Amino acid sequence: MVLNEQDYRLIAEIQGGLPLSSHPYAEIGQRIGLDEETVIGRIDAMLEGGVIKRLGIVVRHHELGYTANAMVVWDVPDERLDEVGAKLGALDCITLCYQRPRRLPDWPYNLFCMIHGRERDKVLGYIDRLISSEGLAEIPHKVLFSGRRFKQRGARYQ
Amino acid sequence: MSPEPDAIDRAILNRYQGGFPICERPYQVAARELGISEEELIRRLQGMLEHKQLSRFGPLYHAERLGGGLSLCAMRIPADQFEQVAEQVNAFPEVAHNYARDHAFNMWFVLATETPERIGAVLQEIEQRTGFRVYNMPKLREFFIGLRFEV
Repeated sequence: MVLNEQDYRLIAEIQGGLPLSSHPYAEIGQRIGLDEETVIGRIDAMLEGGVIKRLGIVVRHHELGYTANAMVVWDVPDERLDEVGAKLGALDCITLCYQRPRRLPDWPYNLFCMIHGRERDKVLGYIDRLISSEGLAEIPHKVLFSGRRFKQRGARYQ
Repeated sequence: MSPEPDAIDRAILNRYQGGFPICERPYQVAARELGISEEELIRRLQGMLEHKQLSRFGPLYHAERLGGGLSLCAMRIPADQFEQVAEQVNAFPEVAHNYARDHAFNMWFVLATETPERIGAVLQEIEQRTGFRVYNMPKLREFFIGLRFEV
């Protein structure tokens, strides 16, 4: 989708969040000189065009008590990537599932997924269960729990 | 400590991670779906933002389609230098978030740049500043995710 100058103003204006008021789209429009209908139309178009992946609540897992945040990485043979990626992505407990490049010889893993839970033991339990239910026993994996979070902010756009 | 979300907060969190009404009075429409008033929904969202349970109530952009670059990067840093390197890395405005993880690859951060070409340049600057290699692991493919984060 092609974005115009007006879209970029809108993107910058709403990146920090929508106003919490009864007519939020009208309020945004007022700030950047657009009418409510145009704001609604362009946000719709950007969702449709995939520029906005989704609109709504962005949670902070940690503050909601989900402190056991595991990145599970897998060294999946290339010919099984479609199958394994689709299986993992379909599981309820997995919030992201990406293919990324291996960095041999130091880093052999090419499939990354995120699992959030309240306790490490439970997350490890999920992982054990999904390995047997999805037939992944032969695929080498590692679980990297997060320690401290040093920085969290969304990407900023001009 | 943040207060535990009650049943209505949880309904809000579970329902509106995936999407939010785009119409003149979206909070009114959403509140009706939840069986509460518009004011109550706004008040609860404000409360959850204040307690930092929500990071934002708004859009999640697709960085590449906005013309920007985005990548996950990892580094292996000796424990006794970790703090110092974390400070150096976090000082780059392109570093969007940074987590310590328990592995030899112990520092993981997301780079977000205005153009895809900038990713390589910023990586090099980080390597020069810190003296450690940065492993660039951009997303090659995203697998479909069925459900959102359930609370």
